[in-house]
Amino acid sequence: MQVPGHAARVMAEQQAMDCSGGSGNGRPAGEHFKILPAIDAILEYMRPVAVVGIGKTAFGAFPDKSLRALAVEATNHALADANLAASEVEAFYLGNFAGPSFVGQNHLAPYVGMAAGFEGIPCTRFEDACASSGSAFFHAWLGVSSGIYDRVVVTGVEKMTSQTTPRVTEILAGAGDMASEGKAGATFPALFGMIARRHMQQYGTTREQLAAVAVKNHANGAKNPLAHMRKIITLEQAMNGKPIAEPLTVYDCSLISDGAAAVVLVPLEQARDLNPRYARILAVVQTSDHVALDSKADITVFPAVQAAGKKAYAIAKVGPQDIQLAELHDCFTIAEIVASEDLGFVEKGDGGPFVENGCTRLDGRIPINTSGGLKSKGHPVGATGVGQICDVVMQLRGDAGERQLARHQLGLAQNLGGSGATCVVSILEAA
Amino acid sequence: MDASRDGVIYTETIVHSPPEQFAADAPYQLAILELPNGNRTTIRVLGKEAADRVRIGDRATFVEERDGVAYYRKAKPASD
Repeated sequence: MQVPGHAARVMAEQQAMDCSGGSGNGRPAGEHFKILPAIDAILEYMRPVAVVGIGKTAFGAFPDKSLRALAVEATNHALADANLAASEVEAFYLGNFAGPSFVGQNHLAPYVGMAAGFEGIPCTRFEDACASSGSAFFHAWLGVSSGIYDRVVVTGVEKMTSQTTPRVTEILAGAGDMASEGKAGATFPALFGMIARRHMQQYGTTREQLAAVAVKNHANGAKNPLAHMRKIITLEQAMNGKPIAEPLTVYDCSLISDGAAAVVLVPLEQARDLNPRYARILAVVQTSDHVALDSKADITVFPAVQAAGKKAYAIAKVGPQDIQLAELHDCFTIAEIVASEDLGFVEKGDGGPFVENGCTRLDGRIPINTSGGLKSKGHPVGATGVGQICDVVMQLRGDAGERQLARHQLGLAQNLGGSGATCVVSILEAA
Repeated sequence: MDASRDGVIYTETIVHSPPEQFAADAPYQLAILELPNGNRTTIRVLGKEAADRVRIGDRATFVEERDGVAYYRKAKPASD
């Protein structure tokens, strides 16, 4: 856009002001992080790791594709991208939340692994609610960085659309505390509806600001050929959706989707020979917190996200101000706002104005969910964590098509389980 | 009545899209209640009318416990 001199300067100043990060976030990350010396000691023995292959299915409703077929499809894409044969893979990590409930199949890792051609190697399923494949990714990274394996595959998958929405709601509720909140009738939209109410009360966050997350993410998702709902929505539509759990409407909720995503990890020193378009993993951190929302001191904060973010910044030796793009876990619009605060992109309570002012759009200071996020891209629960890694790597490679950013050297992915009981934060750098 | 179980609403929502097992109850109000001792617990609020609904900061009165779930009503304004 061409704007005459003075007006352009004023606009630039306003933008800089509106989008400025929190004043406390410029300090070296990790200054207040007490276990840092331990991390430094451990990292001396860890090998740097790279993502050399990514693969995704489209996310959507696929009545003709089984859980296993989706997982194998994504896995094959990732192996082909990494120029590796299945027979060269040494361990397989599968992220899946509720295959046993959604499709009646247990023992999923060897079930998928054998179909993908991984004969005889360790195949293990990881379940941490919506952070299942984030958790699988973290453990796979440990396997390579510790020197045990040179070739591992991480696949995330979920097959949800074969069940009715009330049944899906019930299965998802199982990621909460079923002996307390679950028994009282808490659904996941209800838990995040209660978080939203409290955030609005404490910080003045508005309904419009929640809706701004959905409008932005749908605008991005419309540019993503693999997204579930490639539809631009207006603020008015987002404000007037069917109520799901007040104040959240259907437009505040992520989608019920089928889909899979996969990545291949190898030691950094071997990455270039396999695929020069690799991405270096600077940090992967997994943290945990209470499962029941009513056990938390302040529900407008995800301590697991704050801790994972601080630790990841410290290990990667970067701060929130250095991140050029982020895939955040927008299972609900409020979750993206809270995560943007907890990761230090803005001060606590400023996440609403941050998105409303356009700071997180494709042309904003820190573009968030350029893929369309869980809101528009879709949220096949167990696939989401690895899907985010794939989306960050696509941006780092410059392969994100219509939604490609000009600055794409350093990206962050944040995967959340339940109402904040598991968090995985990863920071990746372009080759 | 057990007044020690009365408390103040910390947050709330009205559930319109229930899990299968609570389909007959919807829409229903769910809340996190703060008790006098500072503990918080997830409760159901009785009543379907707008006047029955609680908001953050409202007081709620314990009514009964059914199947391990505590049911409350919005407290009446003090009559003094």
